[in-house]
This record gives sequence, structure tokens and C-alpha cells, in this order.
Amino acid sequence: MKIEILGIGCSKCKQLTANAEAAIKELNIAAEISKVTDIDKITDYGVMMTPALAIDGIIVAAGKVLSKEDIKKIIPK
Amino acid sequence: MSAQNCMCQETGLLVFPCSGGSDVGELSDRVGRTIAKCGQAKMFCLAGIGAHIPGMIESAKAAKRIISIDGCSVSCAKKTLEHAGLKVEAYNLKDLGFEKGKTKVDENSIKSATSKIAGGKIEETVSRTSGGCCTK
Repeated sequence: MKIEILGIGCSKCKQLTANAEAAIKELNIAAEISKVTDIDKITDYGVMMTPALAIDGIIVAAGKVLSKEDIKKIIPK
Repeated sequence: MSAQNCMCQETGLLVFPCSGGSDVGELSDRVGRTIAKCGQAKMFCLAGIGAHIPGMIESAKAAKRIISIDGCSVSCAKKTLEHAGLKVEAYNLKDLGFEKGKTKVDENSIKSATSKIAGGKIEETVSRTSGGCCTK
């Protein structure tokens, strides 16, 4: 599974990254987390509000910092 | 990273005109852009919502409020947004006295339609954030 955090690196992006890492750890699943900071790549996804979260290339949230529990619910088991 | 480049600022009001091919469609677009230029709303792409672009839909969901501006009774903008699961405050130029095929798109009609919309439900937002430039 590929998880991407989209945002140019502000505190909200960092918090979302930390929450995603914690969610993956608790679910004990294999997933690769990467950051997308290039604004052109972010807008190519159609994202106009960051931070955003993509799972396997699909945006599942934008403009908000999902909690660890929220992310656990979204990640396919 | 400069604050002005960050895309993480809280989203207040998004405006989605239908931007249709008719005179009233054009008027909806001009009104949407006028409201956006005043600074109290952000213009957004209805086509991206209609195309089911997940990034666009999720970005729109982050807004506190969404308004649609339709030119005619078909209400494409309202229906497109609702189809995507978004809660919409809908305005229709037909209800505001602008008839499809008989509306001249000029400064007067833009000003009149903008005032009718900005002077309605979004009046508080206008006066709070921009000094009410759209209601003059």
C-alpha cells in the first residue's frame, strides 16, 4: 500500500504524517509513506486544500488533519 | 516556506457558478468571479466536481460553506454539487429576475445580480471579511 501526504511542509502536514505513521503501526500493515511537496504535483491530483492524504493514488481527504483513528478507518484492511 | 504559498489556510466560502453556455450562464460566471475578487469567497471548478476528481471533491468538503450560482432552472451547478455529496446554498439567477435568452451581460446586470446574491444569505460573510464591496 502506498500512502502519500500532500502538502508543502507546514505543521499540519507534519501532524498528518505523524498520524498516518501511527495508524500504520497500530494496524501492523505494510505501507510506504511518502510526502508530495511539489505544488504542481499536488494540483495535478486536483487538491486545492492541503494537507491531503492519498491511498494508492486516490485522494481520500483534503484540507484537514485526519486523526490516527480516522486514518485507521479509511485504510483498507 | 512562506505562509502565502501554503495551501493549508482554513477554507471559508467556495463559490461554484454554472458558467453555462447561455447568457445567464455567462452572468453566473461573472458574478462568481466578482464575488471571488472581492476576497470573501474562493472560486472553484465545477467541472472538477462533475468529473469526480477525488482531490477536488475532498478539497470542497473542507469548505465551511458552499454556494452555487445557476443561470437557469436546470440548476446544473446545484445538482452537480449535490450529486458529489456536498451541502449547497443554492442561488438561481432566474429567481432573481434574469431570464435565459433575454439577459444582457454587462456591468449593470453583473452588479445587480452580485448585489442580490451578496445581499442575501451571504451578506454577513461579505461585510465581515471584505467591507462589503460586492453589495455597493
